[in-house]
Amino acid sequence: MDWALAVGAMLAVVAVVFVARPFLRDPSPASDRLDELAPEARQRLALAEERDRALAALKELEFDHRTGKVSDEDYRAQVGPLRRRAAEVLRALEAGEQTRHERVPDSGQRVQ
Amino acid sequence: MAPLGRAALLLAFGLVLYALVAGSYAAWKRRRRLALSAQNALLAAFPVTLVAATVLLVGLGRRDMSFVYVWQHTSHKLPLGYALSAFWGGQEGSLLLWLLVLTGYAGLAVWLNRRSRELVAWTVPVFGLVGVFFAFMLCFVSSPFNVQPLRPDGNGMVPSLQNPYMLAHPPLLYLGYVGLTVPFAFAMGALLSGRTDERWIVATRRWTLAAWTFLGVGQLIGAHWAYVEIGWGGYYAWDPVENAALMPWLAATAFLHSVMIQEKRGMLKVWNMILVALAFNLSLFGTFLTRSGVVDSIHSFSRSPIGGWFLAFLALMIVLSVVLIRWRLPLLRTKTKLESLVSREATFLYNNLLLVALSLTILWGVLYPILSEAVRGESRSVSKPYYNFFLHTFGLPLLLLMGLGPLVAWRRASLRSLGKTFVIPFAVAVATGVVLLALGFGSSWPGLLTYTFSAFVFASIVLEFVRGRAAAGGVVRLIARNRRRYGGYIVHAAVVLLAIGVAGSSAYQTERERVLRPGQSVEAAGYTFTYAGLKGLKGSNYTGFRALLAVSGHGERFQLRPGQNNYFIEGPSNEASIYHDPRSIGDVFTKAALAGKRTSSIDLQVFVKPLVNLIWVAGFVFVAGALIAMWPDAVEQRRLAARYAAGAAPAGI
Repeated sequence: MDWALAVGAMLAVVAVVFVARPFLRDPSPASDRLDELAPEARQRLALAEERDRALAALKELEFDHRTGKVSDEDYRAQVGPLRRRAAEVLRALEAGEQTRHERVPDSGQRVQ
Repeated sequence: MAPLGRAALLLAFGLVLYALVAGSYAAWKRRRRLALSAQNALLAAFPVTLVAATVLLVGLGRRDMSFVYVWQHTSHKLPLGYALSAFWGGQEGSLLLWLLVLTGYAGLAVWLNRRSRELVAWTVPVFGLVGVFFAFMLCFVSSPFNVQPLRPDGNGMVPSLQNPYMLAHPPLLYLGYVGLTVPFAFAMGALLSGRTDERWIVATRRWTLAAWTFLGVGQLIGAHWAYVEIGWGGYYAWDPVENAALMPWLAATAFLHSVMIQEKRGMLKVWNMILVALAFNLSLFGTFLTRSGVVDSIHSFSRSPIGGWFLAFLALMIVLSVVLIRWRLPLLRTKTKLESLVSREATFLYNNLLLVALSLTILWGVLYPILSEAVRGESRSVSKPYYNFFLHTFGLPLLLLMGLGPLVAWRRASLRSLGKTFVIPFAVAVATGVVLLALGFGSSWPGLLTYTFSAFVFASIVLEFVRGRAAAGGVVRLIARNRRRYGGYIVHAAVVLLAIGVAGSSAYQTERERVLRPGQSVEAAGYTFTYAGLKGLKGSNYTGFRALLAVSGHGERFQLRPGQNNYFIEGPSNEASIYHDPRSIGDVFTKAALAGKRTSSIDLQVFVKPLVNLIWVAGFVFVAGALIAMWPDAVEQRRLAARYAAGAAPAGI
C-alpha cells in the first residue's frame, strides 16, 4: 500500500500549503487586523435595514390595498406613519453620510 | 486502499480541528491571516473527506471483503447500485456521509460569504466544532476503514433496503439534517461576533430553505418507500426515527415563518435564534437516535458505542446555544412590538407556537420510552393514539392558519377588511363541510374538519393568486415580483394536498383481514377479492411466492399478486401488491402471508385507501413551490448589495 501512503502524503502536503497560503502570499503585511465594523458603521447598517423594512412595508401596503386586502380606511391610517418612518430613516442615513464625508472626505467606511 | 481512507480521515480531522482552534483564536484576537488560514482549512476539509468517501465507494463497488464495513453490508450477488447505497446503509458510512455533506456545505457557505469577514471569522470555528466531532468519531470510534482477513462473501443487505427509493431517501435526509448546520453556524457566528443584524439571515436564507426542502422530500420518499416496500399497509408509523426527521423539519418550518417577521418588522430576534438552535439540535438528536440504537426502530442500527459520544456532543451544543443566546440578549432585544393580535405577524406567531408545540410533543413521545426505561427499568412505548391526538390538536389549527394568514394584512387588520377578504373562502369551506356531511363523511370528525379547512385554505390561495394577478398584470409577473410569497403559497397548496391525502387514506380507509383458501373471496369497500391460488418464484438471490388475486368492483377488474420473498442471506421480506385507482386517486393495497402450506391458504390483508396518491402528488407541488421561493431575485440581490455596500454584497446562496 505504498502508493496509498504516497497519495495520502501528497494530499497532506497540498492541504498544508493551502492552509498556509495566507501567510505565504503575504509574509509581512502592513496590517494583519481583521476587518471590524466601527460603531458608526453598525449604526448605519441598522438604519439601512430599517430603511429597507420601511420601504418594503410601504410597497406591501400598496399591494395589499390594490388587491383589496387592506380597506381604504386602513390604508389611510397606516400609510402616513409608514411614510414618516421611511422619511425619518432616510434623513438619518443622509445625515450620517454627510458627517462621514466631512470626517473622511475621500474614502467611504467599509460596511460588511 | 483502506490506509488511504484512514489517512484522508485523519487529515480531515486535523483540518477541521485547525479551523476550530486557529479560527477561534483568530476571531478572538482579530488576526486576519490566521482567520483566512482557518477558513482555508475548512475549505480543504471537503476534498480530503471526498477522497475518504471515494475509497469507501470503490471498496463497496469492488465488494472488497477485506473492509469490515463492506463485508457487513454487501454481498457479491448484491447489484452494484445497492452495493454503493450501502455507503449510507450502515453506521460508519452514514457518519462519513455526514462529514462529507457538512464539509461541502460549510466550504461553500463560507466561500460565498467570504467578504463578510467579521461574521465568517466566527462562523468558521462553529463549523469546525461540528466537523471535529464527526471526524473524531470516524477516526477513533467508528471507522469505516477497519480491515480483516479476506472473507469469501458478505452479510448482504436487508431486503427492504434493496429498493430504488433507498438510493435517494437517506442522502436527501442527510442533505436536510446537515443543511441545518449552516443557519446554526452563521447564527452562532453572529452571536459570537456581535453581528446580530440581518446579515446572518441574508447569508443563510436559501440554505435553510434548501435544507428544509431536502428534509421534507426525503421524508416523503421515505414514506413512499415504507408504503410500497415494508408492506404493512401504511406510510408513516410514528416510528422514533421517522419522528426524528419530522421534528427538525417542524422547527425549521417555524423558523422560515418567524424569520420573515424579523425581516419585515425587526422583531423576534431572540426567538429566531432559539428556533435555529432547536432545529439544529433536533437534527443532531435525530442522528443520535438513528445511530445509537437507543430506541427500537426499523431504521436503528444495532446498539453501538457511539451513543454516549453523541449525547455528550448534543449536550455541549445545547449548552453552547443557550449560553450564547443568553450572553447576547441585550443585542437581540428590539423595541418593535406586535401592533395587533389580528395581523399577519400575529398569525405567524400562532403558527410558530403550534409548530413548536407539535415538535415538542413528538419529542416527548420519542423520549418517554427511553426515560421510562432509564428511570423505571421498563420500556413503555407511546402509541399511535398519543401522536394522533396531538396531530389533531395542533395540526388542524395549523391547517386553518395556513388559510387565515395570507388573508390578513401586516401590522393590523380591521374586522371590516377581514370580513371582506374572508367571505369567499369561508363560504367555500362551509359549503364543502355541509356537502361532505350530507355524503356521510361525518364518520370521522378529524377527517371532516381536515377537508373543510383544506377547502378554506385552497380557496384563500386561489383568491390570493386571482387578486394578485389582477393587481400585477399576470401570474408570471406576480410570482416573479414576489417569489418567496407565491412560492410559499404553492408550498401551502402542497400541504393541503398532503392533508387531504392523509385524511382520506387514514380516516376513511377500509381494512379487512381474512384467511383464504383457493377459490374463497373477501369483500372490502365495494371490491371483491377472489383468491385463485399460489405461484412460486425464484430469483438470483431469493425464492418466494405470490398469491394470485382476481379483483372486481366499481366497474373494474384487475389482478393483484401480493406475497413474500425469502432472500438466501438476508431473510424474508413482504411484497405488497397495489392497484392505483384513478377514480378515487386512491389505492387498493394487499399483502399476504402463507397461513397453511398444505392447503395453500393465505392470510390476506386488504386496505382500500382513498386519495392516498395525493400525498405523493403533494411532493412534486412542494418541490415546485420551494424552488420558486428559493430562486434568486435580481432586484433583491441589488437591494442587499446596496445595503451591505462596498463589495460586501452577499453572493449566491
